Amino acid sequence: MNLSEFLPSGIELSYLVAAGLFIVGLKKLGSPASARQGNLVAAIGMLVAIVATLLNQGVLNYQMILVAILLGSAIGAVMAQRVEMTAMPQMVGLLNGFGGAASALVAIGEYWRYMQQAEIPLSETVTIILSVLIGGITFTGSMLAFVKLQGLITGQPITFGFQQPFNISLLIAFLVGSGLLIAHPHSSTIFLGLTTISLVLGVLFVLPIGGADTPVVISLLNSFSGLAASAAGFVLNNNMLIISGALVGSSGIILTQIMCKAMNRSLSNVLFSAFGSAKKFEEAAGEGSQDRTLHTIDAEEGAMMLGYARSVVIVPGYGMAVAQAQHAVRELADQLERLGVDVKYAIHPVAGRMPGHMNVLLAEANVPYPQLYDMDDINPEFDRVNVALVIGANDVVNPAARTNQSSPIYGMPILEVDRAQHTIVIKRSMNTGFSGVENELFYKDKTMMLFGGAKDVVASLVTAVKELN
Amino acid sequence: MIDPLITGLVVFVLATFIGFEVINKIPPTLHTPLMSGSNAISGIAIVGALLVAGDKNWNLTVILGLLAVVLATINVVGGFLVTDRMLQMFKKKDVKA
Repeated sequence: MNLSEFLPSGIELSYLVAAGLFIVGLKKLGSPASARQGNLVAAIGMLVAIVATLLNQGVLNYQMILVAILLGSAIGAVMAQRVEMTAMPQMVGLLNGFGGAASALVAIGEYWRYMQQAEIPLSETVTIILSVLIGGITFTGSMLAFVKLQGLITGQPITFGFQQPFNISLLIAFLVGSGLLIAHPHSSTIFLGLTTISLVLGVLFVLPIGGADTPVVISLLNSFSGLAASAAGFVLNNNMLIISGALVGSSGIILTQIMCKAMNRSLSNVLFSAFGSAKKFEEAAGEGSQDRTLHTIDAEEGAMMLGYARSVVIVPGYGMAVAQAQHAVRELADQLERLGVDVKYAIHPVAGRMPGHMNVLLAEANVPYPQLYDMDDINPEFDRVNVALVIGANDVVNPAARTNQSSPIYGMPILEVDRAQHTIVIKRSMNTGFSGVENELFYKDKTMMLFGGAKDVVASLVTAVKELN
Repeated sequence: MIDPLITGLVVFVLATFIGFEVINKIPPTLHTPLMSGSNAISGIAIVGALLVAGDKNWNLTVILGLLAVVLATINVVGGFLVTDRMLQMFKKKDVKA
């Protein structure tokens, strides 16, 4: 058997190896001890797949490909080095979008190649349409999520009149267009129309989702980027793409489910209800909220409460991420531990803007892993906690989720900080959380409010705690 | 000869099941690294991009393919590197703890 006969089988076998490495890598990513190794294994799998593809005899354009790979690597490496840990949600969104765009471009390129031929097989037309649809939605959806997270436009849900009917008519237009393209596969006008609709659909899909629902949409888009790669695999009849895309697709779906469960809402509710934007939650709690009193304290008093407590539980939220206060928080915990206080961190699954957001930030600040507690583990302990310190979190600690049936967040599992002996809430202002719901926790007699930016307030707490001895 | 579309579907469905099984239980700490790591894997679109960009003659397909190669490479390199950066932080802290 000479080389040119062996090569195609060799490439397929290399793909099999690469797919195996991806599976092993993902498996290892699921356990803290082996996660880093798992990432490396997956990266090696990617290298194997790329090298094998370059050996394909149809790939001749080496110089330009080399330039493209070097350019992409340089940009990717710089991005990965520079990005702040607090900006990880945007980073993931952006990379997601690039992956989706690449898949869509592959399909468009293939369509163009088929256009030059007399006949386009039906299966090709169908898979190309699907690939452009998923890739296009992933691309513009992720870009919009990036723009929202970066704060370039408002992070709140954006809605307009007749949004749902408009979306549905666009979908119908897409279906009709697909039918037309199958009947007239050579019509580039129809194809362009379909591409445009896909891109618009991506924007419309993310537009009404905002704020605290972002972890769901980020993990869903992650899943889509995998499905887009799979679809491109169907276009090219390439198993490597199909397998890897399916793996990413299913992992993204699992994360999406975990996020939805943590908010006690269904996926369709997250996607289509434009939560928190509408005024439909006419404040049932509005009555009386004006004449209730807030108890405010200053940093010295706060430091005293914390310093003389036996146990303190810190509850971080998106506010800590925005203020980049994670290092200051760690310092505060160190000072408290010096005074013999037992410090724990309570992490709500949807705190922040992506799955695991708080964990990454606290890891960056070198908080020991055993101090982080999941919601289910810490909730039974709050009865015995002296002070719960809430830093930039709101909806995830709102007792209305437990008690007020008319509240839009009713039923969402929360961190039960109201059962601690005292609660200190660090907050920039009295604005409501993302859900737009008033938080009765703030008005309780045992709740003390400490107003200010998370970083400044925690820093002054640190100074004040240092003076206790 | 079985239609390649059917073969593809079989492969797709089985791989999806493997994905569900492999990633079933995942501690919250690893949610972000898992997401960015699997995100990097979705950059596998680079394989498709290379095949599409491979033609020696310049045409629209090659241009689109090259653009796809750039984007997919950013996805792959950026994704794996940033995941490693994150996991490195977890590591450092484990040693301390």
